[in-house]
This record gives sequence, structure tokens and C-alpha cells, in this order.
Amino acid sequence: MKRMLLAAACAVLCASLTTPAPAAEPVTLGVVFPMTGPAAVYGQNGVKGLKLAQQARPTVLGRPVQLVVADNKSDKVEASNAANRVIQKNRVQAIIGCLTSSNSLAAAPVAEQAKVPMLSPWATNPLVTQGKKYVFRICFIDPFQGSVAAKFAWANLKAKTAAVMIDISQDYCVGIAGFFERAFSKLGGKVVLKIQYNTGDQDFSAQLGAIAAAKPDIIYVPGYFTEDALIARQARELGLKQPLLSGDAAQAAELIKIGGPAVEGLYLTTHFDEKGVTTKSGKSFVAAYRKAYNEAPDSVSALSYDSYNALLDAMERAKSLAGAKVAAALAQTKDFPGVTGVLTLVQHNAVKPAVILKVQGGQFVYVATVQP
Amino acid sequence: MDGAQLAQQLINGLTLGSLYGLIAIGYTLVYGILRLINFAHGDVLMVGCYMAWFGAVQFGLPWWAALMGSMLLTALLGVLIDQGAYRPLRRAPRISALITAIGVSFFLENLGLVVFGGRPKAFLRPEVFNQIYQWGSVRVLSLSLWTPIITALILAGLLVVIYRTRLGMAMRALSRDLVTVRLMGIDTNRVVAATFAIGSALAAAGGVLWAMKYPQINPLMGVLPGLKAFVAAVLGGIGNVVGAMIGGLLLGLAEILLVAWLPQLAGYRDALAFVLLIGILLFKPTGIMGEELPE
Amino acid sequence: MSRGWLTAGPLPAAHTTRRRDQRLTILACLAAAGGLWLLQAFASGYVVHMTCVAALFAVLAVSYNLINGVTGQFSLEPNAFVACGAYVTALLTLSPAEKAASFILEPIIWPLSMISIPLLPALLIAGLLTALMGFLMGFPVFRVRGDYLAIVTLGFGEVIRVVANNTQSITNGPLGLKGIPHLTDLWWSGGLLALTLFVIVRLVNSSYGRALKAVREDEVAAEAMGINAFWHKMLAFTTSAFFEGVAGGLLAHLITTISPSLFTFFLTFNLLIIIVVGGLGSNTGAFLAALLFTYGGEWLRVVEEPLNLFGLHIPGIPGMRMVIFSLILVAVMIFMRQGLLGRREFSWRWLLAFFDRRRA
Repeated sequence: MKRMLLAAACAVLCASLTTPAPAAEPVTLGVVFPMTGPAAVYGQNGVKGLKLAQQARPTVLGRPVQLVVADNKSDKVEASNAANRVIQKNRVQAIIGCLTSSNSLAAAPVAEQAKVPMLSPWATNPLVTQGKKYVFRICFIDPFQGSVAAKFAWANLKAKTAAVMIDISQDYCVGIAGFFERAFSKLGGKVVLKIQYNTGDQDFSAQLGAIAAAKPDIIYVPGYFTEDALIARQARELGLKQPLLSGDAAQAAELIKIGGPAVEGLYLTTHFDEKGVTTKSGKSFVAAYRKAYNEAPDSVSALSYDSYNALLDAMERAKSLAGAKVAAALAQTKDFPGVTGVLTLVQHNAVKPAVILKVQGGQFVYVATVQP
Repeated sequence: MDGAQLAQQLINGLTLGSLYGLIAIGYTLVYGILRLINFAHGDVLMVGCYMAWFGAVQFGLPWWAALMGSMLLTALLGVLIDQGAYRPLRRAPRISALITAIGVSFFLENLGLVVFGGRPKAFLRPEVFNQIYQWGSVRVLSLSLWTPIITALILAGLLVVIYRTRLGMAMRALSRDLVTVRLMGIDTNRVVAATFAIGSALAAAGGVLWAMKYPQINPLMGVLPGLKAFVAAVLGGIGNVVGAMIGGLLLGLAEILLVAWLPQLAGYRDALAFVLLIGILLFKPTGIMGEELPE
Repeated sequence: MSRGWLTAGPLPAAHTTRRRDQRLTILACLAAAGGLWLLQAFASGYVVHMTCVAALFAVLAVSYNLINGVTGQFSLEPNAFVACGAYVTALLTLSPAEKAASFILEPIIWPLSMISIPLLPALLIAGLLTALMGFLMGFPVFRVRGDYLAIVTLGFGEVIRVVANNTQSITNGPLGLKGIPHLTDLWWSGGLLALTLFVIVRLVNSSYGRALKAVREDEVAAEAMGINAFWHKMLAFTTSAFFEGVAGGLLAHLITTISPSLFTFFLTFNLLIIIVVGGLGSNTGAFLAALLFTYGGEWLRVVEEPLNLFGLHIPGIPGMRMVIFSLILVAVMIFMRQGLLGRREFSWRWLLAFFDRRRA
């Protein structure tokens, strides 16, 4: 019995060492998304967007496109493992991903070293593409998002002072909080308190107690939706009445489900809203998405859709799948009519408008579009 | 810190401590009888929360019915785990049972991830618990006041079971000497099953109250409360139900007051329980109310 | 315990077998080195990466087994030791520019901000510091036994993680360290594995090793025989900490990004599965199970990926692998508590006798 088990073990070993390489016929794109873990909401929506994009445009350069989804488990280490795996094992021609900035920062060096173009739909931290030849993004970056939030707080919410709550587990949150502070101070405002928490925390009474004592005009919480929702509830329970302002990571249905009445009136800056759509491709995307999934598309699904098309456009312009040529073509992307707006890549980052939303009546309501 | 803030923090600590205590009772009951750290206890709590969520949110049951249903189903789960995973190992070395318990814990967490998904679910908070009372600058959520009251009622009921019923007598006897009790003709497996049922139902109750306080649930939510409740059980003297409650209250108050008095150490909050644990085991391994354990 | 494999065949004279075994071991090492060279030269980066991971997990499993299996002290701390080794090594090898760029919460404290040394001394320092940590931890830890020992060591693992999250000017907090140079290759991980096996097998077969086993079987009786149980536990614990620290350092230079969330109890759980499946107390078992776990785990990915089987579409179930792993652990404990090998070890005599029987 035991010897048989040993033999079976050896067989498994051998089998795993001789995995055959996939046929070279289709164009394979690696999708390194968080399908499990805290950011799974975004990963699943992103894949929905990618599937629509693939249905609408199934071939490139006369070859069928194949998507290989690799789960990065919302984890930095798994992100670099998964990127390695799709490059080495699946031999992908390009990577779409990751979504969160932390994961993208971990995966980007892998793609750069292997000279495989990587296009992130949603990673907004500026360091993701900095100094990289093969790493791009289809979204705006946090200095822009932070300044949009600061201008909105200053001009529309008439705030003179702000408290900032920072999730120090996330590169994105640490980054955008800094850019917000810089922009807000430049306008004449003052950040009276900066306070930290961690992804997964549940009790914010200590932090909110300190904020209550500092009496700011607004509270800036550019975190992820779970923590934002709990923060909003506990803030209202403690009697804090200041407006809450957040970033694109809060745009998820769960924010409203968990936050309930406490998130009413919360503002957030983000990439996309179906009511702010201007382009023709955007209108048809919204219709197709609603038909396929019977819900409103969110930013991540729209940005993933744009990433797919921008990548295929670059491959067609390059007339090649070679990493260097595709990367060069991606860098030239100009006036791309995406569903999230017309965009141009400048130094690997998209320059495009931002959208401001507000939670009202249990829904995200479109407030304004801010041009770059 | 002024008086109002202190009162506010004390109420917070009392609420948190009651929850730890409620969960710690499950550990202490099982440990008292089997000398087994039921590692999966925190994950049983998580399953209890999902049961309540299905009842209340999916099937639209009133919250108390969802809670009762969840406690029943979770009790059943506890019995199943014991019969399936721990009973075959009753005569094996204790470490084997502990390893199995760790395996069951990871099994429940990962099965939860597969079945329920990693997306957190919004939990409900019934209107009774959602009132806010205000005295001066002290604001208290009614749930925070109800939690210690519910916990005290449950504890009183449990003490009646343990000290006034035949089942309780059998449980107490079992915790002294399992082999002799079996020789006396008592069906030890039924008593152990009852212990698991009670402990798991209490975990479900604690979990539901926890989920009402922080209204979201996810498959990994049981890990930290579970570990901390175990520390609370050791702090109070493992094997002792009242001790578990006292240990829970102490741990809850210590955590909240650490953050309130020394906000710069707030990040170390999750380490406090383990530092306390190491301290207790070094200086008073039997805990506050514990009796000397035979080696 | 059964000694079936060990007693196969007639006993030849002791000195001739020892010389024969030494020659066979040297041959096997050369063959392994040749295999590594072939892998390095011809295998894909992916296979090389997995082999490095497998070798490092084998190092971790064999050293974890020294304290849990051989000495019988069931503890749950390897994640703390691996974390310590990984952070120390990474902080020593990272370039000052990289450190300055990634420490955005708090600037890194002074001497660390300037230091950048080669991998070998960094690994040595990491191993020694981790061993020191194990040594200091041992004093409180070995005052308790049994399941309390398990919980206290688990608590230490959690404390280390919380400390790593909070000492932002040293560890960069939850953001972790990025851009660690990719220096770990087959030679580093294979070399460490050979060294670990050599030292630990020698230790287990020495008089110290017999004392460790005596402590496992009956601590009171061992004490009565004049064995100082506490110091022998400390010896096993510190040795295991050293190798786990060095392996942690190499792991950091293999995956190039580390953060406190990498070193949770989950890592310890994986190692626990490995040593339990291999057979608590068997170095051979720990080694084989580590390879099985790493390669088998990769192979099990099929259950998480969508599959098209004869036109039938089976959607992948993310997370299913860990469900299977935990079930394996529970099943092994219930049905096959000895694991694959029990406490048996590989020996050349067994292998030769095995081939003799096949020929007959």
C-alpha cells in the first residue's frame, strides 16, 4: 500500500515536470486578477467586462484570442507568482492586470523582466509604471485623482480642514492620501489629522474618537469598500456628521449594502459611470453589459473592457505579437475612444477625465465629470 | 481622558468582552472534557453567521428566528465535526486530535471561500439594536447594551444546565475522569456530543452578535475572534465556564483601554492577547479560576 | 513501530557497508548536481522556479520536523522564523536607492538605509539572528508542554507578524519590501537543501539525536537517564530556527516581494501538512512530502482552472486546492496516522535490498 502511494507520488512528480507547452495557434492574454480574497469583487467584475470584450472582438491579426485567468488572491506574493506562471507556463503574449496597485507593483517587475507587455486596468499608484518599459495602464493616476478630490472638497464642499484616514496595507491608499494632502494644502486647506488603519480592521472607534476631537470639515477615506462602509457606520454612531469623501476603490455595490444609511451622502472620485458616458462605444458597452449581466457596469468592468481593446489595437498597429513592438505601439496610443472616455497614454499612464459620484437613495448617483 | 470618554470606552470594552466570553465558553467546555483545543471553534462561529445570514437576508425570517435556526444548525455542525473528525481519535495521542482540529479549521475556512465566495456579505442589524442612546457626550448603540445582558442570560442558563441537570452532572464528572465515567455506565459519546452542541450554539450566538456589531461577514471572520477567545478561556482558567466569561471581559476591556489610553500602540492591539497568554502561562498557568490540572 | 524496511537482507560487516554507503551518497550527490545542471540549462523558468520552491520547502519541512517529529515538541512557529530570516536578508541585500524609494510610510532607520551586502553573508547573519530569536523564545516556550506549547508558539508567530506591521521604519509595515534582487537559483536552494540534510541527519544519528528521541518518547524517563530535556529541546529549536531563517532569506530572494501577510499561520499550516503526511519524525518523509506538496500542489491547479473535457465545460473552482489539502490532513490523521513513512528513514541497504528482491 505505502509503496504504491510512493509510486503514485513519483508519477505525480514526473507528470508535473513534463507539462506540455500549449499550441501556439491562438493569441493568449494572461488575466492576472484577484478572483478570491478581499478584492475578489473587482476581479470578478473585471472578468465580466473582459468576456464581453472578447465576444465583441474575438480575433486579432487573424488569430483567435484566448484569455487565461490567473487568480492573484488579492495578495502581493501570489500576484508575482501568478504573473510568472502565465508567462512561463501559458506563454502569454501580454498580461492584463493586476487590479489593485499593491498587486500590480508586485507583478510589474516580473512582466518587465520577461519583456511581456502588461496593461493594468485599475492600478492608479504612480509607481506602478515608473521606470518600466513594458508596463502601462488605462486609468488615470492618483496625483490627478487626489487633486480632483481636493478641488471638490475645497470648492464644492467648502471644506477648510480635513482629516485623512489611511489604510497602510495598501500602496494605493498611502499614495493617494499624500497627493490629496498636497493638493488640498496648495488650495489653502489644512489636513488637521492623518490616522492609520489596516485592511481587515473592524473596529475604528479609537481612530474616529481622535477625529471627533479634531473637528475637521470633511473626512477623506480613500480606502476599500468594506472598511469604508464600517468606518461610515461607526462614524455616524459616534455622532460624527462630516461629509465623507472617498476614492475609486469604494465603488462597489457592497459599500451601500454594508454601509446602509450611514454611507448616504458619501462622495467618491472614480473612472466611470454609465450616466457619464460620452462615447458611442461606451453606450453600446453599457447596453451589452446590462443585457448580459442584468446590472449596471462598474469602473473595473469598463476599464477591463478598454484594456482589452487598447491592447488589441496596439497589436494590430504593431502588426506583430513581439513584446517590444506591442509595447512600443501601446506607448503611442492616442485619442483611443474607450468606454471610459477618450484617452491618450502619456508616459504609459492614461490622461482622461474623472467622474464624481454620490451615494443617494441607496445608489451611486452621477454628480460631475472633471476634465484633466 | 475625561469621565464621559472613559464611560464610553468601558461600555465598548464590556460589549467586546462579552462576545469574547461567549465564544470562550465553547472552548472551555470542550477542553474541560476532552483536553482538546477545538481549533475549528472560530470557524464554526463563521458558519453560524452565514446560517443566520441565509435565514434573515435570503429567506426573510425575523432576526430572532434566524438566530435560533442558526444556533440549531451550528449545534448540529459541532456534533458532526466531533463525530466525524475527533471521535475516531479519542484514544490517539492528544496532539493527533489537535492536528485534526487545525485541519478541520482550515477545511471550514476554505470550503467557506469556495461556497460563499470571498466577497463580504452585508449583515443585518435589527431596529431594536440600532437605536442610539445619548447621555451628555456619551453615545451608545443599543446593541452594545443588549450584548452584555444577552450574554449574562445565556451564562445563567448554562450554569443551571451544568449544576442542576443530569447532563450537567455527567459533564462535570467527565471533566474529572473520562475512563471511570465510562466504566460507570454513562454514554460518554452522548455527553461529548451534547457538549459540542452547546459550545457550537453559543459560538453561533456570539458570532451573530459580533456580525451585528460589525455588520459584514466573510469566510475568514472567525479566525481572530476564535484565537482571542481561546486566550480568554486560558486567562480565566480553562475548563471553567465562569472563568471563561471573566477572561473574556478582561481581554475585551484590556484591548479597548490599550487603544484608548495609548493610541500610538493601537496597531499592536491584536498582539495583546498573545502577550497576555504568554504571561499567564509563565506565571499562573491555571488562569484566574482554574484548578490544578493533572499532567 | 515497524522496522520492515530496515532489516531487509543479511547484515554485512559494518566497515564495508559504511564505506559503500559513503560512496553511494557521494554518487547520489553528484547525480543530483548533474540533474540541477540539466534543469538549469534546459528546463523552462517555470520548472526552475518550482524546483527552487520545492527545495526550500524541503529545507523548511526537514528543520520543522526536527523539533516537531524528532523531539516531539509540537510547536507552530515556523512562520515567525521564516519571516525573521526573510526580512533580515532582504534588508541587508536591498540597495539603498530601492529602500529609499519603497519606504513611503516612514523613512528607514539609519544603519539599514546605508547597508547593502552580498547574499551569502546576509544569509549567515539572518540564520544566526533567527537562531538567536529561537534561543530567546525557547526560555518561555519550553516551560509549557503539549497543546499549550502549540498555542504559545502560535502566539509568537502572530506577535511577530503584528510587530512587522507596526515597526514601519524597519519593515516598511504592511506595504512590505519590494524589488528584492532575484538571486536565488537552483544552486543556492539545492545547496542549502544538501547542507540542511547533511547537518540534520548527522545530528539525528548522533548521541544528541538519540537523546532528542528519548525526550520525545518519555521526558521523565529521559531526565532520569541524565538527559537534560530543556537544553536538548533548545538545541533542536535553535538548529531548526537557523535553517528556517536561511530558507526564509532565500525565499525572499526567490519571490522578490515580501510583506507580513506572507508569513501568517497559513505558512505553518502548509509545513504541518507536509511533515504529517510524510510521517512525523522521518526526515525522508518530510523531504518527499515537501516535493509532493509543491509539485502536487501545482498539478492540483487543474481543479481551479476551467476544463474542457470531451466537449463538456467544467468551470474551475478557485480555492478548491486548499479544501483538498485540509481534507488530506484530516484523513491522514484519522486513517493513516503514521503518514507515508512513519518514522522510517531511507537507507542504502534498504534500496539495494529492494533491487535485489526485484531481480530475484
